Amino acid sequence: MARFRTWAGIALAGALTVSVAGCSSTGGKRAEDARAAAAAQGRSAVNTPRWTFAMITHSGDGDSFWDIVQSGAKQAAVKDNIDFLYSHDDEAQQQAQLVDAAVDKKVDGIIVTLAKPDAMKAALARAEKAGIPVVTVNSGSAESKKFGALTHIGQDEGVAGEAVGEELNERGRKKVLCVLHEQGNVGHEQRCAGVRKTFDGDVQSLYVNGTNMPDVQSAIEAKLQSDASVDAVVTLGAPYADTAAKAKQGAGSSAEIDTFDLNAKVAAGLRSGELGFAVDQQPYLQGYEAVDLLWLHRYNSDVLGGGRPVLTGPQIVTKDDAAALEEYTKRGTR
Amino acid sequence: MTSDERILRSSPLRRLLGRPELGSVVGALAVFVFFAVLADGFLRPTSLSTVLYASSTIGIMAVPVALLMIGGEFDLSAGVLVTSSALVSSMFSYQMTANTWVGVGVSLLVSLAIGAFNGYVLTRTRLPSFIVTLGTFLMLTGLNLGLTKLIDSTVSTKSIADMEGFASARAVFASTLTVGGVDIKVTILWWLALVAVASWILLRTRVGNWIFAVGGNKDAARAVGVPVEKTKIGLYMGVGLGAWISGQHLLFSYDVVQSGEGVGNELIYIIAAVIGGCLITGGYGSAVGSAVGALLFGMTSKGIVFAEWNPDWFKFFLGAMLLLATLLNAWVRKRAEATK
Repeated sequence: MARFRTWAGIALAGALTVSVAGCSSTGGKRAEDARAAAAAQGRSAVNTPRWTFAMITHSGDGDSFWDIVQSGAKQAAVKDNIDFLYSHDDEAQQQAQLVDAAVDKKVDGIIVTLAKPDAMKAALARAEKAGIPVVTVNSGSAESKKFGALTHIGQDEGVAGEAVGEELNERGRKKVLCVLHEQGNVGHEQRCAGVRKTFDGDVQSLYVNGTNMPDVQSAIEAKLQSDASVDAVVTLGAPYADTAAKAKQGAGSSAEIDTFDLNAKVAAGLRSGELGFAVDQQPYLQGYEAVDLLWLHRYNSDVLGGGRPVLTGPQIVTKDDAAALEEYTKRGTR
Repeated sequence: MTSDERILRSSPLRRLLGRPELGSVVGALAVFVFFAVLADGFLRPTSLSTVLYASSTIGIMAVPVALLMIGGEFDLSAGVLVTSSALVSSMFSYQMTANTWVGVGVSLLVSLAIGAFNGYVLTRTRLPSFIVTLGTFLMLTGLNLGLTKLIDSTVSTKSIADMEGFASARAVFASTLTVGGVDIKVTILWWLALVAVASWILLRTRVGNWIFAVGGNKDAARAVGVPVEKTKIGLYMGVGLGAWISGQHLLFSYDVVQSGEGVGNELIYIIAAVIGGCLITGGYGSAVGSAVGALLFGMTSKGIVFAEWNPDWFKFFLGAMLLLATLLNAWVRKRAEATK
């Protein structure tokens, strides 16, 4: 026991010494805190009553994209004096039950994604019956109005895919690999279909297991090795762009890597030229606007969009925009 | 006067302590009180009906899974089997332009066949059920996606809401009864019926004795003339039946099925059965326990929403609950055996 205590003491002292002596003058928590302090201060800007809005998404656990949507929603909630609740489940049935739970709670507004629209139908009908206004975000532009939502905020996946196809034509690409990281996601299928529609060359789909990065890398690598004529890889999520770039190195391919969505790594990759372009749908805006529109509806009966979806994308982002975006991606808002 | 211990009348308290589900009932009461105090609106009738519905969607599968575990086996394919069942029903009706009840019938046959396949391979090859059903799980996951894409050319099925027989099938599998202003989903009735039937089989029939026997000691059971193979195949077909009910519920609630879903749910069914007092080694457990386990799961998953906590922590609570419940079960069982 005594010996253990001595060792523990030595280890603790050692750790302290190292952490004091080994300060980093760049990055880390300190830089993050400085950035946070420089960002918008969290104070309510209105004096409306404190309403409760619930957001229910089809995100899995620990998804970077939905983190950005959330941070936008939270920012708007602070400004609009809103109590903001977030829950998510990637199983349609569970997501519908979470919407039910929000209706049971008698919240003042609901924000929901319609990645699996048919599963949400009954739950949204319940919300309508209870008189709770609903805004749909991100996916479900076709069903939003039909299900009685005020507005849909998001990007039309087909249109975004078409924009990618056109951009690839301009870049003179001939053969594209569309990497789908979530089997069974209709939005992803629409993106690749959109690319197919406008791209003059050949488009191939590659299904990978998105929850297992090494697996994604080896799958792309194998594909690039077996087909040297592939000169562009399009990933459907920001985290996968970096993986595709690694796969490209491993396979010794010269294909251009392009991606949907942004994160800090993608912004850095754009700046260094490792990536060609990114298609951003501005997730921060989706969260922010959803909360803000519900607030406007409660406060002033305003509805945006005139019965049509409000689009937050596609926005093609290239090397020229990367410098400005890099700072925002680090902050977790782009 | 005889003092043979085998014909002694045991006291009611001692009989209660010997029940497998006692630990989980105590846990469920504790969780219920916990959320009733902490979560605003948890005790509203509408909220409770949402919790019950959430529990029933797990519970319907937890019953046959619990029976299977009492019989000493696992089924890792149970989660995706639910999706397969819904897909078969939907696609058969649509592609054949048949009355939806035809699809429902075909789906029942297919689900039972997959269950029988699991049981048959298990008893024939003598491989552990973990391996056999892991294989089935992976094959079904691929089949769900591959066949759906091949037949429908998308990853979800086409809507069958406008087809004949849909309305009556929806009434059976996915309707909502309103009792005194509160919506009661029909799955809750299915769930209760399954628990009742399974309890009757386990406690009142010869088959029930067989299930306990094959789970407790397979060789001894075979030696006294228990049909071990038939019992195990039957148990797997029971899981197929449960998957069929759950799958039809999915289909007729949403009329479109996503092919990629259901992965991971098999563990939730196993968790519900284990929390409810099923031993992982077989030979011990109850159907009522699996229902209490499912109820615990439903209360926790929705209670966290009502309490407005961060859902990131849900899995942590679930894991802690699983450990605590299992420890409590073990402790109660030890006490019960000590007082015999």
